[in-house]
Amino acid sequence: MSQETTFSPTTEQELAQILTDAHARRTPLGIVGGGTRVQGRASDWQPLSTAHLSGVVAYEPGEMTLIVRPGTPLAEVQDLLAAENQSLAFEPADMRGVLGGNGTPTIGGMVATNASGPRRLRVGACRDHLLGVRFVDGQGRILKNGGRVMKNVTGLDLGKVLCGAHGTLGVLTEVALKTLPVAHATETLALPGQTIAQAIAVFATALATPYDLAGAAWRDGITYLRIEGLEPQVPYRRERLRTLLRAHEITELDDATSHGLWRELRDLDHFARQTAPLWRLMVQPTDAPAICAALSALGGTVSLDWGGGLIWYCGPGDADTVRATLPRGHATLIRRGDASGPAFTPPPPVTARLSEHLRRAFDPARILNPGLMEA
Amino acid sequence: MSTIAMPAPDQSILDRKPQVVAALRAALPADLVISDPAETHAYECDALTAYRCPPLAVVLPRTTAEVAAVMKVCHDLGIPVVPRGAGTSLAGGALPTADSVIISTLRLRGYLQIDTDNRFIRVQTGVTNLSVSAELDPHGFFYAPDPSSQLACTIAGNIAMNSGGAHCLKYGVTTNNLLGATVVLTTGEVIEIGGPELAPEGLDLLGLICGSEGQLGIVTEAVLRILPKPEGARPVLIGYDSAETAGECVARIIRSGVLPVAIEYMDDVVLRAVEDFVHAGYPTCTAVLIVEVEGSPDEIDHQIALIRTIADTLNPVEFREARNADQAMAIWKGRKSAFGAMGRINDYMCLDGTVPVSKLPFTLRRIGELSREHGLQVGNVFHAGDGNMHPLILFDANKPGDLERAEAFGADILRLCVEVGGCLTGEHGVGVEKRDLMNVQYTDADLSIQMAVKDVFDPDWLLNPAKVFPLEASAAHRQEAH
Repeated sequence: MSQETTFSPTTEQELAQILTDAHARRTPLGIVGGGTRVQGRASDWQPLSTAHLSGVVAYEPGEMTLIVRPGTPLAEVQDLLAAENQSLAFEPADMRGVLGGNGTPTIGGMVATNASGPRRLRVGACRDHLLGVRFVDGQGRILKNGGRVMKNVTGLDLGKVLCGAHGTLGVLTEVALKTLPVAHATETLALPGQTIAQAIAVFATALATPYDLAGAAWRDGITYLRIEGLEPQVPYRRERLRTLLRAHEITELDDATSHGLWRELRDLDHFARQTAPLWRLMVQPTDAPAICAALSALGGTVSLDWGGGLIWYCGPGDADTVRATLPRGHATLIRRGDASGPAFTPPPPVTARLSEHLRRAFDPARILNPGLMEA
Repeated sequence: MSTIAMPAPDQSILDRKPQVVAALRAALPADLVISDPAETHAYECDALTAYRCPPLAVVLPRTTAEVAAVMKVCHDLGIPVVPRGAGTSLAGGALPTADSVIISTLRLRGYLQIDTDNRFIRVQTGVTNLSVSAELDPHGFFYAPDPSSQLACTIAGNIAMNSGGAHCLKYGVTTNNLLGATVVLTTGEVIEIGGPELAPEGLDLLGLICGSEGQLGIVTEAVLRILPKPEGARPVLIGYDSAETAGECVARIIRSGVLPVAIEYMDDVVLRAVEDFVHAGYPTCTAVLIVEVEGSPDEIDHQIALIRTIADTLNPVEFREARNADQAMAIWKGRKSAFGAMGRINDYMCLDGTVPVSKLPFTLRRIGELSREHGLQVGNVFHAGDGNMHPLILFDANKPGDLERAEAFGADILRLCVEVGGCLTGEHGVGVEKRDLMNVQYTDADLSIQMAVKDVFDPDWLLNPAKVFPLEASAAHRQEAH
């Protein structure tokens, strides 16, 4: 096989044959959707594109279910759903601005990276909306798990572990996702002039209310709270929150402005078109002020999402230094820049052993994005 | 009398009982080890009472370290382990074998940490589901998954079975509300996965553990996502003269963007049973929906008005709105007593298949036909919003052959659920009950990768034996292990 060849199967059967052969020959494969989400491919990997495993298999708005092949462009799916006033509620980001990619974000990449944006705080992550999968494992076997219904506990839930496995366990050929109606109305409260500690306190107050906040973020000294709901719900919730937070200066952003703002926050426009390393840190919100202070001392800038549970850090610092700021939790390197050290937090020994054995169960010859999550 | 086979116990283990018990007593305080047959008898079954078998011994550890110690003993001696929460499994998830040691979570009763600023609670997993929300109540929070056995069932069992409940339409099931777990592996090693953070690093082992029915390890502590209590909640009752119309109403409500916390369905068989039992005053019709919405009084009024508009276009027999707490309780009264009401008529077997919501009317019609073919009555009461059906098959446990007929009828219903695009079990789990039907939903290869995952966590196949995977399919894996 030559280095220039890109495998680009058009059917599940073709894919299975490619993987059977690659398994026999121990050919390492680099699985590519739109090539917009993941960095860290090795040069000796043979590219395997899912671009031609595309198309919507079924979309049932009345059941809130979508079955789609992995190479399908995310934008195409979003348009299809929007026409029925539905969406992928977990709000997957478009990482092209941040990672400098010029490909087309796909459903497969979204699932493989468990891509989940600001609304994850309320509705859960991509993995929580994944109802079932079809995939081909590292031996070329065509397999399925889960299904297309909302509640399903039949056997082990392999979809969960495939979601976020960065293609290291199998190549997806079909995913079933839950869709949700788009909110009837949206507004955002913006609280300017806030420190991170103040933002965390505001989040604790606002997220202890029953007002179903669909976003809680902080950027450049401004705390943002997104309110969603039916038309009469939004003004009611806004006024209740304003009363609760009356000690703070508050401005209101209308529906259109809100949509633009949360798209920027989702896609990390503030860290786009730069080359400095970009980290995603998962923390306890109340730990965020101290962690952010330690990160700022390294240089660079931070922003917050998920009510302070997610810190984005763009700046210098190698893996050890960045991770040393964490009392618990973990840090993932999203954009490598010139940072050294592993992109994913190395797991403790027993977990590492289980993970390694799991990978071998799915992919005995370790040909699928080998080492991508350990580098 | 039963039709589901369990493997013959390992005689060499039965012969070694004194040695096993002595090793357990060396690892735990003596009063936490039960080996007297008069006492182990109490653990012979769970809520799938047709299947019974007392275990070799029962242990009641109080800490993760104690669970780890007995797991290590069992691992070193090659003794099968059956994890047990409250024993409320309807699928036989906690059914022992004669050569197994039950590790009960009964004494793992600690509420370790409530952190409302970071929005989680950390508990030992032997606490009951309802008690978690009770602990959170003074803080203004609650834990969302609410299986109907929530008064008795434990968080350990909820995690093992990935339990749901009536309110998961809005809040999701256990896996969507579980943030972290302390897991004791078969070797006695202990791992921490996840935590208060909202996303895992590396492979999502937590997602794999949740719903694994005790096949991969025992969860001794859990970090659970907590939610602020809603301002209020109120149900409406909608009666229709046909299952199709009721099903259509469900689909239209879901599409509208109103997100009810629950949509429950009862058919005429259940309605009659409930009326005879608690006189709930339900309308006489083919199908009743109970739809519950949450929010402030004004928000509730608005949502109910939207639901009424949708329901009215389909000409309901009745649309009854709860205007106060008493009326709300009256609407829920019949639903909450439905299982008890059916139990007064006869013994019943409760199924748990899920179907796509659009297939509900067809599935209900086919279940009616199957009921006539098998000559057994069936009532349907279920979570309609997510298509999770609970057909209740009535039979007489004292009548020879009736259980077998009920099981055959049940198997036909579950095959039907899979045929229309659904699954064997929505929230009860596979256990032993649906073990031999797994091939209906999964190919041999599909099952083989699941069993390969079990091989990774439990290479000796000691954990919760003879559950989930058909014995024939798992034979090679079990052979390999011994």
